[in-house]
Amino acid sequence: MSGYRHTVGQRSYDFENLRTLMARATPERAGDLLAGVAAASATERVAAQMALAEVPLRAFLSEVLVPYESDEVTRLIVDTHDTEAFAPVAHLTVGDFRNWLLSDEVDGATLARLAPGLTPEMVAAVSKLMRNQDLILVARKCRVITRFRGTLGEAGRLSTRLQPNHPTDDAAGIAASILDGLLYGSGDAVIGINPASDNLPQVMRLLDMLDGIIERYAIPTQSCILTHVTNTIAAIERGAAVDLVFQSIAGTEAANHGFGIDLAVLGEARDAALSLRRAADFDGHPGDNVMYFETGQGSALSSNAHHGCDQQTIEARAYAVARHFKPLLVNTVVGFIGPEYLFDGKQIIRAGLEDHFCGKLLGLPMGCDVCYTNHAEADQNDMDVLLTLLGVAGCTFVMGIPGSDDIMLNYQTTSFHDALYARKVLGLRPAPEFEAWLQRMQIIAPGEGFRLESGFPGAFRRALGHASEGP
Amino acid sequence: MNTHDSNASDTIIANPWQALRRFTAARIALGRAGTSLPTAAQLDFQLAHALARDAVHTALDAEALEACLQGAGLETIKVRSAAPDRNVYLQRPDLGRRLSEDSCHALDARVARDAPRPRRDLAFVLADGLSARAVQAHAAALVSATMDLLRGQDWHIGPAAVAHQGRVAIGDEIGARLGAAIVAVLIGERPGLSSPDSLGVYLTHSPRTGCVDSMRNCISNIRPEGLSIPLAAQKLHYLLTESRRRQVSGVALKDESAVERSIGSRTSNFLTAE
Repeated sequence: MSGYRHTVGQRSYDFENLRTLMARATPERAGDLLAGVAAASATERVAAQMALAEVPLRAFLSEVLVPYESDEVTRLIVDTHDTEAFAPVAHLTVGDFRNWLLSDEVDGATLARLAPGLTPEMVAAVSKLMRNQDLILVARKCRVITRFRGTLGEAGRLSTRLQPNHPTDDAAGIAASILDGLLYGSGDAVIGINPASDNLPQVMRLLDMLDGIIERYAIPTQSCILTHVTNTIAAIERGAAVDLVFQSIAGTEAANHGFGIDLAVLGEARDAALSLRRAADFDGHPGDNVMYFETGQGSALSSNAHHGCDQQTIEARAYAVARHFKPLLVNTVVGFIGPEYLFDGKQIIRAGLEDHFCGKLLGLPMGCDVCYTNHAEADQNDMDVLLTLLGVAGCTFVMGIPGSDDIMLNYQTTSFHDALYARKVLGLRPAPEFEAWLQRMQIIAPGEGFRLESGFPGAFRRALGHASEGP
Repeated sequence: MNTHDSNASDTIIANPWQALRRFTAARIALGRAGTSLPTAAQLDFQLAHALARDAVHTALDAEALEACLQGAGLETIKVRSAAPDRNVYLQRPDLGRRLSEDSCHALDARVARDAPRPRRDLAFVLADGLSARAVQAHAAALVSATMDLLRGQDWHIGPAAVAHQGRVAIGDEIGARLGAAIVAVLIGERPGLSSPDSLGVYLTHSPRTGCVDSMRNCISNIRPEGLSIPLAAQKLHYLLTESRRRQVSGVALKDESAVERSIGSRTSNFLTAE
């Protein structure tokens, strides 16, 4: 009998297996109700959390939630588990693990050594016993540094992806949003475009355009066109200037199949990008973080590939896929998927904090697309709350878009102004190389604190002249 | 959103790159109060969001829509999905794809009344989707414009269903029960901040429960600032004609579609111009 049980007063709650126990212990969200895996009552949920607290972390090494034989993500998790790194917590239950993580003795260095010893399921399990403040406090201890042309993830830094999307990939329209963003200090994580079309020549034109802009103004950042990984491989084969390879990933083999990918093709793409040697040298070694992954709770259920698991556990498993390929950036696009998965601001905020915590604990450079769609019960105030909390939690990066309005993807994410708000109230700064560039370009004022200059930077005067007279 | 620079007071720092607005509808050059949004830009955004929210939650006025369709010479029938209200609809996409039990009976009764079953080449379904406003504003006009193009080409068109709380796939069940060879679902798309009234059309040949997205052809962004009604009607007419001729829809049809939109966007940019 492999079941789990917890008794509350006269009533005992039974959970058939670890997968069910995890799902019932998950804080309420629409996607788990839609999947039919959520707790039936508030009491059952807490009973499940109490039972989960008693489960030894070791149990996750012997009882897998998605079958090993039929799922390559499970095989990746099991086969790459580092027993030595796991040793310091091997004797703990999930409940003890929460206490251990929160203890004053456990610092960032300890957590970095532990990361290879943790599986996504262990991390997801402990997150289910945590309040929002616990998720913030522990994530804030983690330090994950990645490099391409700049250094991302240092303490006291908050980077941004400049997202200059345009509904028809119009070059001048994209350039207008890029300039707007740069002048607001945005773009140190990446300048990343969601193209309107996956047409390969068009993707290559956009790659060429971003490469030209980054080189012309010597910006210590990197570019990315968010097209399918096979498209990017084809672009590399045709000689395109690819900095980062993008791909959406999920936590099961079947869900990844729905995205048209598997682990092999991700490995192939990474090798192709590394072969271009486009990253800067750091201490004599070229940066080897060449991947940009996006994830989000609910993607597995939407392709009916969740294996009866809750959406947060499957999301954490996507981070096992991500960490295998040493990404520069991982972005949980938390509110994009819609209210059938995360119904309102409360669920979006909780999911954003969970994803950031789980990613960081597993050793990932975790960022968050703090966002919502117009059919979700959420608004700008909810995004302000999540952005502020993520800033406190030490989030690696957020999005930056003109006026919060993505005119290509039809959703709302954080604006250039929003990122400056977070930097201002929390005393956060951009990546060091990018910060020096902003000062050199006279976009921000020199000295302590992060302050925009009031004048228009000379280096862009000629470009603005072209724009004002051109067709 | 063009009002916030002209009356900038001393405390607003305007952005001298407003000329770039002609290249994009993105909210660039908004200026700043400190580093925050100036009041006017902030309220412009709130208004756009309010319009999009209202588009999601406004109920469809089916009677008004039916009157327009009847004016265009179509019989109509009202149906509901299995999602009883908006709140359930938003959280249970599976229910929005199925007909309610009552609507199943109503449709079957209509079909029985017409026995023996007449030939039906096409049935229109008008569903509120995520923007009843879009359907209310553009759907009847698009049906009418499409019928004008189909006239004289031997199309037998069945009754038009007006569906409450419907998702795209509700057309599969409706089309199957009506015995229609092709179903065209006109549905309100997810409203964007600057597009609260965007209509989409999904065409499916041989509709039946369980059809997947790759079996459909889609025309999207139909609204005054996007794809116009006459152009959308031309595209739909083309797809209908080809779908009937080749007895397919979806990926197989799309590949040979000659109406590929020319994007017509600029390929050079001012940031790297010499």
